[in-house]
Amino acid sequence: MIHWTAEQLDAFVQHLHAESYEVIGPVIRDGAVTYDAMEELPVGYGDEQEAGRYRLTRRGDLSRFGYNLGPSTWKQFLSPPSETLFHVREDLIHPVVPEATKRAFIGVRACEMAAIEVQDRVFLQGDYREHRYEQRRQQLFIVAVNCSQAAATCFCTANNDGPAVRSGADLVLTEVNPAQPWYLVEAKSDLAKALVSKVGGSPATDEQLDQAHAAVEAAAGQISRQLPRAGLREALFEALEHSHWDAVANRCLSCGNCTQVCPTCFCFTTREEADLMNDEVSHRRVWDSCFTEMHSYTTGGPIHRKTRSRYRQWLTHKLASWEDQFGVSGCTGCGRCISWCPVGIDLTEEVQILRKTK
Amino acid sequence: MKDIADELSEHAFFESLNPGTIELIAGCGVNAVYKPEEMLAREGSSADELFVIRKGRVALLMHSTERGSLQVETLDAGDVLGWSFLVPPYRWPVEARAVQTVHVIRLDGKCLRDKCNADAELGYELMRHFAALIARRLDATRIQLLDLYGQLEQ
Amino acid sequence: MCDINRRQQDTEDVFTLDIAPPPGYPGFAPGQFNMLYVPGVGEAAISISGDPQDSYRLLHTIRAVGDVTAQLRNKDGRSHVGVRGPFGKPWPIEAARGRDLVIVAGGIGIAPLRPVLYTVLSDRAAYGNVHLLYGARTPRDILYQDELMQWHRQGEISTTITVDAAKPSWKGDVGVVTRYIGRVRVDPENTVAMICGPEIMMRYTAGELLLKGIPMRQIHVSMERHMKCAAALCGHCQFGPYFVCRDGPVFRYSDVAPLMSTAEF
Repeated sequence: MIHWTAEQLDAFVQHLHAESYEVIGPVIRDGAVTYDAMEELPVGYGDEQEAGRYRLTRRGDLSRFGYNLGPSTWKQFLSPPSETLFHVREDLIHPVVPEATKRAFIGVRACEMAAIEVQDRVFLQGDYREHRYEQRRQQLFIVAVNCSQAAATCFCTANNDGPAVRSGADLVLTEVNPAQPWYLVEAKSDLAKALVSKVGGSPATDEQLDQAHAAVEAAAGQISRQLPRAGLREALFEALEHSHWDAVANRCLSCGNCTQVCPTCFCFTTREEADLMNDEVSHRRVWDSCFTEMHSYTTGGPIHRKTRSRYRQWLTHKLASWEDQFGVSGCTGCGRCISWCPVGIDLTEEVQILRKTK
Repeated sequence: MKDIADELSEHAFFESLNPGTIELIAGCGVNAVYKPEEMLAREGSSADELFVIRKGRVALLMHSTERGSLQVETLDAGDVLGWSFLVPPYRWPVEARAVQTVHVIRLDGKCLRDKCNADAELGYELMRHFAALIARRLDATRIQLLDLYGQLEQ
Repeated sequence: MCDINRRQQDTEDVFTLDIAPPPGYPGFAPGQFNMLYVPGVGEAAISISGDPQDSYRLLHTIRAVGDVTAQLRNKDGRSHVGVRGPFGKPWPIEAARGRDLVIVAGGIGIAPLRPVLYTVLSDRAAYGNVHLLYGARTPRDILYQDELMQWHRQGEISTTITVDAAKPSWKGDVGVVTRYIGRVRVDPENTVAMICGPEIMMRYTAGELLLKGIPMRQIHVSMERHMKCAAALCGHCQFGPYFVCRDGPVFRYSDVAPLMSTAEF
């Protein structure tokens, strides 16, 4: 374990640039912390969140990771919202080879790391592997961050997905004392050890370890939302005809925001784009949402005709049948679907009602 | 030679009735044969018979000015035709016509009704049989109504 | 992209495309499907309706209902289509060996069942009684009629073809296919059933087969859901714990019955 100053952390980011990594991390844009290619870490930003509400705040300190989660997810880099898979010219298929850049993610939270591992199961563990995802995943260096604060919408503790990073990261940071921050640095992979050694730092003392531990404990203590998992799968399948689906459907706009901000939702569809002469056709893959009418389209029309059926599909898949398909829950407790729902639908509340009554 | 009661007791619709009941019913029946295309019942006419089909095929037809005559159901050996004798106004709602040579036991509707009225137990037993049959045909009709194999409207 | 050998118009709105298999195509099992691709329009999942032992042609019997199938309808011997496949779990042919077999088809649902019939016929003695019950909309909508009636006359497969409505000239059966299940002669405990058609028809058919005493786990249905990638990656055909493209389209009725009776699931 190593102790870094904030300057050493900033220097590490610059070192990644120097090593030709495309560095992706927090970028302040449109009044939110988003993820994108970045030069340096923004300083002193936070956020306030509630159901249907997100506000970027200035913390008045020097923290690099004082914010929680914004609308961006890392999946937009591992399986982009839109990408061309191949072109067709004269009845011949010309595949588009994905970019081969080395990438570093900076600031992956515990719930997000867990979500990446969920998507690994979706795309890499079945009979068919998603090769583009696989290639991007192999070229990825992950700098994760243990949370030392939580938003009101967070509930990672419900599934032990956070606030401390469990596995999968190359490097794990803990930010301590935001007024004059320092960092506990754990290099998990050989690559991380090599990169960290270029920046230096001092061995962490026992006191510093305790302080870092306490910071993460404090974040866990701030979490108030719950989503108990024991028996949840069975309870939801027993509640398929619960009247509460109608109550949710009366509020739900079927806009699909929840699926776009969810770090594990993976549905995609394909689009064909032809030039005017139809000489060249591009075959694109784009994100889809189970809240769209076309998502469940068959020859007889959509299976999920009503909003009720779509919300039920989303929730039962995420929290129940996901376990059948991938051996884990599809929810890591990031709470984005709560914050970014325009009408403030809160799955933790909905599940409570679905479990309690008939 | 088999008598009407024997033939009825071998028929799928009656096989679970007790012999005494069958004996009573058999008294209302005669054997009859219809040639191909021959009409067993005309739509709107008085429903005075129950046909117990032993052999051959009967088509039920409905006539529409716009679409011509349509077969809506066919009945074969093991089926019965003509529960309209049980319920007022005792009229045939469809036309019934032989597709092939058809062998039936023709039970007189009024005779059956009188026996049912005189013997409530017999009436109940027979009614139960018909209720089960009508329920199954209604289920089938509902599926037919959905026009499942047609082009679906979006 | 693959060559189309031939296109045949089967009925007013159904046609069969005979496509040369792509290089390295591994062959298919009855009940599996291919993804057919028309550049500029998209892909559609189409079940394979030909003989699994014929490695020269992949037959797809298609009803033109969507954008892709409407375009496929315009294809002929000079056109090409993309073919990916085969995908999906096939019908349990092996489990049917040594047993009676009841095959129930509704409408275009006969298409993915025809490969079962070819397979049975190639080793007919290995099976007990084989019954085919096939319901179509009208006599004009009956697919593969000559072939089916030939097998029936030869005593290979006992076949009942019924329609929902017919002109008076039709001498065959009129009525829904479920009505005919009661008449089928099989040893229920020792029977495998395969059903393909609209979901409601499959549910009622399964109900009749259960009444007959055929165990639920020996009844199989072929489900339709929106299949986009066929590789359990795109999420569209998600059906409770299953992806229909990977875990189906053929399912044991006992595994899907509760889900099938939940509306819009």
